[in-house]
Amino acid sequence: MFKHKIITILLVALLICIGIYMFTFTGVNLDYVLPRRGFKIIAMILISFAIGYSSVVFQTISANRILTPSIMGFDSFYLLIQSTLVFIYGDKTFQVLNAESNFAISVGLMILFSLAMYYLVFKRESKSMYLLLLVGMLIGTLFRSISSFIVMLIDPNEFMIFQAAMFASFDKINVNLLTISSVVLIGAMIFGARYFRQLDVMNLGRENAISLGVDYHKVIRVNLMIISVMVAISTALVGPITFLGILVANLAYELVKSSKHIYIVITCCLLTAVTVIGGQYLVEHLFNMSTTISIIINFVGGIYFIYLLLRSNKG
Amino acid sequence: MIRILLVLMLLILSFLSLFVGVKDISIFDIHQLDKDELLVIFVSRIPRMVAVLIAGVGMSISGLIVQQISLNKFVSPTTMGTLDACKMGILFSMILFPGSGMITKMVLSFVIALAASMLFLNISSKIKMRSLIFIPLVGIVFGNILSAISTFFAYKYNLVQNMEGWLIGDFSAIIKGNYEVLYLGIPIVFMSYLYANKFTIVGLGHETATSLGLNAKRVTYLGLGFVAITSTVVVLTAGVIPFLGLIVPNIVSLIFGDNLKKTIGLTALIGAIFLLICDLISRTLIAPYEIPIGLTVSIIGGIIFLVLILKRAKHV
Amino acid sequence: MIQVKNVSKKYGEKNILDNVSVTFPKGKITCLVGGNGTGKSTLLSIISRLVSRDQGEINLVNQEIVNFKNRDFAKRLSILKQANHPNVRLTVKELVAFGRFPHSQGRLTHQDQEKIQESLVFMGLVDIQDQYIDELSGGQKQRTFLAMVLAQDTDYILLDEPLNNLDMKHSVEIMKILRVLADEYGKTIIIVVHDINYASSYADYIAAVKDHKIIHFGPTDEIIREDIMKEVFDIDMTIVDNCNNKVCIYFK
Repeated sequence: MFKHKIITILLVALLICIGIYMFTFTGVNLDYVLPRRGFKIIAMILISFAIGYSSVVFQTISANRILTPSIMGFDSFYLLIQSTLVFIYGDKTFQVLNAESNFAISVGLMILFSLAMYYLVFKRESKSMYLLLLVGMLIGTLFRSISSFIVMLIDPNEFMIFQAAMFASFDKINVNLLTISSVVLIGAMIFGARYFRQLDVMNLGRENAISLGVDYHKVIRVNLMIISVMVAISTALVGPITFLGILVANLAYELVKSSKHIYIVITCCLLTAVTVIGGQYLVEHLFNMSTTISIIINFVGGIYFIYLLLRSNKG
Repeated sequence: MIRILLVLMLLILSFLSLFVGVKDISIFDIHQLDKDELLVIFVSRIPRMVAVLIAGVGMSISGLIVQQISLNKFVSPTTMGTLDACKMGILFSMILFPGSGMITKMVLSFVIALAASMLFLNISSKIKMRSLIFIPLVGIVFGNILSAISTFFAYKYNLVQNMEGWLIGDFSAIIKGNYEVLYLGIPIVFMSYLYANKFTIVGLGHETATSLGLNAKRVTYLGLGFVAITSTVVVLTAGVIPFLGLIVPNIVSLIFGDNLKKTIGLTALIGAIFLLICDLISRTLIAPYEIPIGLTVSIIGGIIFLVLILKRAKHV
Repeated sequence: MIQVKNVSKKYGEKNILDNVSVTFPKGKITCLVGGNGTGKSTLLSIISRLVSRDQGEINLVNQEIVNFKNRDFAKRLSILKQANHPNVRLTVKELVAFGRFPHSQGRLTHQDQEKIQESLVFMGLVDIQDQYIDELSGGQKQRTFLAMVLAQDTDYILLDEPLNNLDMKHSVEIMKILRVLADEYGKTIIIVVHDINYASSYADYIAAVKDHKIIHFGPTDEIIREDIMKEVFDIDMTIVDNCNNKVCIYFK
């Protein structure tokens, strides 16, 4: 079947990407390079799957193809947390606050934030999606202003700490965190997969879904929790990267030409992994680390977003 | 009557602005200022006040112009990428011509800002649904894309923190000798006055404008040119002051209606007053330190804008 | 049989339904008629649990509807809202298959497949079953959604303006199908229509809604009267008998 073919192709592409990433430009010190890269690959695949999964599901339960958690101010909120932490602890940030506690604080706050945000999205059912988008972006800008202000108060050395947090990076992942995260993320995915068939029905719209006996509110509630956890963990692990979601989720729909979640989610996860590993490879070897993957994502994602907006406007 | 009150308020605030700052100069000593105090007033305080006034008037009028041209209340230099384009221009001139002077920065920044505004207007004219919310949405994303390009180069040349610097408008560094380029904003404001009616007609559509004997394209480009110059000089001297061009015209139109002849003056007045108030807040809140005014405006303005869209969206 | 007792609904200060009571008889087609904004659609939505009510009772086969489990309710009653066509890439057959969701939760059994095939045949969709629904014409789309409702195989079918955006040929086609469903399959159908003549030609019962109340309810023959029509629609109608079928003329 067509969908299976796409998934197979993507799987092969992913393996090729992994192969190239692992075994080119290795230099002589294989014992050092290979385990390090292997670790990064695992992290990238894990995060990619979380992004792919959460983007598709979020779009289904919010019933549109343009919203992603990132656009609802999520990334800016992460920056706000990071700048506040650096502000509070100054250049001692990394002594006082080890990576684990920073992670725990960030994840906790972001889950709270996303639940509040989503609550707004779903309580204002009648409001237009574009209005929500605009409000989300404004809140994002507000957070960024505050972060910027905090950054101004920090001296240049500490700003470098913050700068590291501003861009997504797979170079700074901590082993312990990755282990905990992978357990939680995989658990969340398996738990969430049980809802795929109900999500298929949700795609028919609220009224049809209820008429077909889906517990509409429960499906939304449970899946929102899953997504919040996923997005919070992946952002806290690598930094702001969720904007990628809008790109890959829509591409997945274009590729698969089906609305079955099982196919869309798998395709989207694979697609994200290929994009992230491929992008990281380019950043490391083509741009020689002179840029970061999030700048590229923001650029390409932004253009694609305008395209989507203009297209949705015609329909 | 309201006009007189506003003018009075403006005068009082401007006067107050002269006596706020690190060096303590009391209003009551005005008849017996010593040499040092006079120096501070002439080198720092007056330039600062003038800069705030020009920036406030200029950005508000810029917002009004683009809102007339696009017939959309939520379009402004902030929501159409103009400010991001200015930033990009300054960054490029720092990278391409390191050590270059004000003029190079200004020219490059102006060219990019103008090009970006035209591109945006082109994109938005292709949008069928002329929704109040939709067009600014596209504009903000457009600005983000420009920003991403800037960040790409800034990161490459290790200028990210520098860019963060101009992200936020700040009048504290303004002293005699480094802000005079802002004066370019004054003739622009007067030109806008003269052209106000034409902008309104162009907003009604190119066909209408042409049938009324107006060269619609020329007027549009002229308007965008005004906006690009004003934005460039403000970003260059003070930095990005977001939302000003967005909220001031909106507040004016909510209270006084949409008769441009009447509102353009009020917009200028209220713009100046609003920015002066924000400047005073920025300077006094955590004295002797100062909050960058861009940040004050962005937080106050952002909240006002949120209220405005939620309020106006009800009637859409 | 669906019993609605003293149901009221307000949106803010605005009355949408004002103490409505009505009983929809089993195995019959009942048409809800009335002007715009009188609350017809809201009544359907409340009966089908899409919208909550402020007061009152609704019983489906003598059981209060809120007490049904989602799945059980969906096996008994289905609703199709007007022009509610989601923008998804699905083929006709895939969409119709969703009708079986309450029965099999998405894992289609052999019996489900049969039901799906049956409704495709019934609605004349076999030839286009592999086409994507976003490529269909308005009439085909409407029939596809009806086929989904049919595959759901509920005793009660609620349709909110199913004739909207359909031309006359397709409208008549749909109404004839509903007639067959009621007469041969014993389905209870409640439907909102705008054109009074579809109601007079196809309905067994008519419920006339005005000012958020049901002001008349009864067998079609008893409701299609010049004085009642004047009261409900505020326009003068001439009613002519055309081979035992009353037709309202109101264009002039």
